[in-house]
Amino acid sequence: MHTEIHIDKDLCIGAGQCALAAPGVFTQDDDGYSTVLPGKEDGAGDPMLREAARACPVTAITVTDTAVTDAPG
Amino acid sequence: MTDLTHLTAPTDLTEPVAFPQSRTCPYHPPTGYDPLRADRPLTRVTLYDGRPAWLVTGHATARALLADQRLSSDRTRPGFPATTPRFAAFRDRTAALVGVDDPKHRTQRRMMIPGFTVKRATAMRPDIQRIVDERLDAMIARGGPADLVPAFALPVPSMVICGLLGVPYADHEFFEEQSRRLLRGPSPEDSQDARAQLDDYLGELIDRKQREPGEGLLDDLVREQLNEGTLDRAELSALGLILLVAGHETTANMISLGTFTLLRHPERLAELRADPRLLPDVVEELMRSLSIVDGLMRLAVEDIEVDGVTIRAGEGVLFSTSVVNRDEAVYTAPDALDWHRPARHHIAFGFGIHQCLGQNLARAELEIALRSLFDRLPTLRLAASAEEIPFKPGDTIQGMLELPVTW
Repeated sequence: MHTEIHIDKDLCIGAGQCALAAPGVFTQDDDGYSTVLPGKEDGAGDPMLREAARACPVTAITVTDTAVTDAPG
Repeated sequence: MTDLTHLTAPTDLTEPVAFPQSRTCPYHPPTGYDPLRADRPLTRVTLYDGRPAWLVTGHATARALLADQRLSSDRTRPGFPATTPRFAAFRDRTAALVGVDDPKHRTQRRMMIPGFTVKRATAMRPDIQRIVDERLDAMIARGGPADLVPAFALPVPSMVICGLLGVPYADHEFFEEQSRRLLRGPSPEDSQDARAQLDDYLGELIDRKQREPGEGLLDDLVREQLNEGTLDRAELSALGLILLVAGHETTANMISLGTFTLLRHPERLAELRADPRLLPDVVEELMRSLSIVDGLMRLAVEDIEVDGVTIRAGEGVLFSTSVVNRDEAVYTAPDALDWHRPARHHIAFGFGIHQCLGQNLARAELEIALRSLFDRLPTLRLAASAEEIPFKPGDTIQGMLELPVTW
């Protein structure tokens, strides 16, 4: 399973609820917008990942799981 | 043939409940809201002026509707609902952030968020701790009994927001008094006059900051936005007003009511004392349980279909945070204080684009204030009968009017 996190920066209001719920994955940049920590783009298996997405007051965070196939590219 | 089916609908047989009402116990929703708690996820209520409005009572519906931009926060729109004559009296004056819709809201909010991030709140902790320690030192030096509201609950957030904004704390008696009149009147004229006085005060402060730049969020906004022409003086003044008022009133109420609630639940307090790591969960559960800003207001600008009903354009939609935060579908035994429940996802800070800008700072202040208060004063107790201690009426932000304590 491959996990992808998408943050819609046009929606983000900088409430910081993702960074509060899952500080191991999310932070806020200098302008206050939500951003994923370097190297944590796949959620790093953080159990709080989905809680963090649900905590977003403007639904700016989408977490998508896709099955990884072995089919040649 | 006349369609009479609507007359037999249960909602038409019961008198709509009046909203808002005053609490009977300061840490529980008004008992008068019991019928509302039995009627989720939304119901009809009657406002003070006799006008009917929708009241959202269900958690999932509240989250959906607070994030729905077909509900406007622009209180200058004709037909915007009012919960008090005071609110109606200054509805024609634009309130920054809380009273505007996107895209204007987005522009204002984006100027503010760097000052209110989780990181920024964490960086402010040493300053908050110093302020808390100084207030406790002074209170302890004077000796008990003391009224915790003026001695601690109000000055702590007041000093913190002054430092953050760059407002001189020396002016605190003025802006605290005007904030009180703005939010509680008693008369609509009091609130109007308080608003005018605060506008004048902020205007003069901004002038002074243009002449003598200092350090603070308002100074940053003067330098980066006002002087650059991206923000006009009236808008900056309105932003300063909302940050100053919301920045101290709300947190002060949470400190006073939170302390009262802990003192009335000695087993829960003992549990917290035994394990201080519970503190962030305690703050979250107190936020959920106390829901001090109880009655968020919106105006439907389009028809909205939700949970089998149609909210019509032009109808008022209110949210009772105290009722929503006790939705049994989300919180087991919602009337009990429980530090171990997942209290997260409460709507005490609101939801959607207007969710509280200062929530990360508020959490830091509440953690430090409550921990230090109970650490320093292990024998803290009420200095009056709990039933006799006055608290705020239901038409404003909830909190204690006085909190006599001794130790």
